[in-house]
Amino acid sequence: MKRLAREHLAALVAGDLPAGAVVNLGIGMPTLVTDRLDPELGVQLHSENGILGMRLLQPHETADGDLINASKQSIALTEGAAIFDHVYSFSIMRGGHIDITVLGAFEVSCRGDLANWSLGADDPMPSVGGAMDLAVGARSVWVMMEALTREGRPRLRTRCSMPLTGAGVVGRVYADIGIFDVRDGAFVPVALIEGLPPSELGRWIDAPLRFEGEPRVLRVPHS
Amino acid sequence: MKDKTCLDAQDALRDVESGAAIFVGGFGGSGIPARLLAALLAKPGVRDLTLINNNAGAGETSFLALVAAGRVSRIVCSYPRMPGNDVIRERAQTGSLAVEVMPQGTLVERIRAGGAGMGPFFSPTGYGTPLAEGKETRVYGGRGYVLEEPLRADFAFVRAHRADRLGNLVYRRAQRNFGPVMCTAARTTIAEVDEILPCGALDPDLIVTPSLFVHRLLGSQQ
Repeated sequence: MKRLAREHLAALVAGDLPAGAVVNLGIGMPTLVTDRLDPELGVQLHSENGILGMRLLQPHETADGDLINASKQSIALTEGAAIFDHVYSFSIMRGGHIDITVLGAFEVSCRGDLANWSLGADDPMPSVGGAMDLAVGARSVWVMMEALTREGRPRLRTRCSMPLTGAGVVGRVYADIGIFDVRDGAFVPVALIEGLPPSELGRWIDAPLRFEGEPRVLRVPHS
Repeated sequence: MKDKTCLDAQDALRDVESGAAIFVGGFGGSGIPARLLAALLAKPGVRDLTLINNNAGAGETSFLALVAAGRVSRIVCSYPRMPGNDVIRERAQTGSLAVEVMPQGTLVERIRAGGAGMGPFFSPTGYGTPLAEGKETRVYGGRGYVLEEPLRADFAFVRAHRADRLGNLVYRRAQRNFGPVMCTAARTTIAEVDEILPCGALDPDLIVTPSLFVHRLLGSQQ
């Protein structure tokens, strides 16, 4: 069965962001959402290193070493952008001023626990950065992730096996097999990829599921 | 009027001694005081340093060379997993370097508290995670919090764009990051800047770090 590529997931997330929202994109896969944003929506991207209002660098534009995003990629400012220091930036993040943060994840539990910063005992250099601040501080936490590990083990689980970033914080998961809300101790399928019948979800998700209406079918584009 | 401009980089670091704790500004490669770090590397005999920097140097050559030379005993940071930082991982694994990792907002707020004269404070960040283990926690208004301590240092090395001779600073773009808060919580702040201007040349409305937080200046001409 063909699953959604990262770029397709990024397009789905970008399409669901409300107009005018203040959004923080975590490092890794979520950064791809920047490419997919419709400028007309007026979404303002926040970066933890003190930027509100950034966009992709266009091919004809020169990179500026003092304009980078949280993934340390070169970016450009939008009109109306603001620069501030780290105290302000983390007041924005911790203080509930980010509407939506989109984060990557190793694991998410059906209670909304998030594990995305450390591999546990095997991790030679656990690095948390701003992930825990976003997890507790953003009004909504969305996650972009693959449903299975490389070894085929479900990443959507009853309990996280890896060190937590935040407890009970995730509201929605964009996985390569579909979109799920995380509510009242269960994953609620909102949309599933074509060819994945709801009855087979148990092979992909090791946690309680609850159906609230028929999930929409997501077409998997050729990539 | 006082002129805080130093003769050269070594003059700026004249009283940096072994055992010093130093805030090093910068996020990724932006805002790193590279000349001050190079001068620290060139200053013989200074060891047992504690360096406090978000990305554990972010691959900056002199920062890593200080670690490789065994002159750093402790790094306080939030995100040490950066390209080129292998020497930090290797020394941490052999036990010759302590690496303390904390949430980035906790690092910032601990420095803020240190500079603002605050005592320990409760933060919601990290509650229910391994980074809260061994710390005092409290549930307040239905939400869990972790007790965090203020953080101060002997020196702050920061990078800014322009200064006046008295030490007022303005920053360029996201170079600002940790600079302003680190200036408030160090005994001695040394700012590395592109340009040092006469007093009065910077618009007081636009100054980000007021001069009383800055003790020494290193301009590109020194």
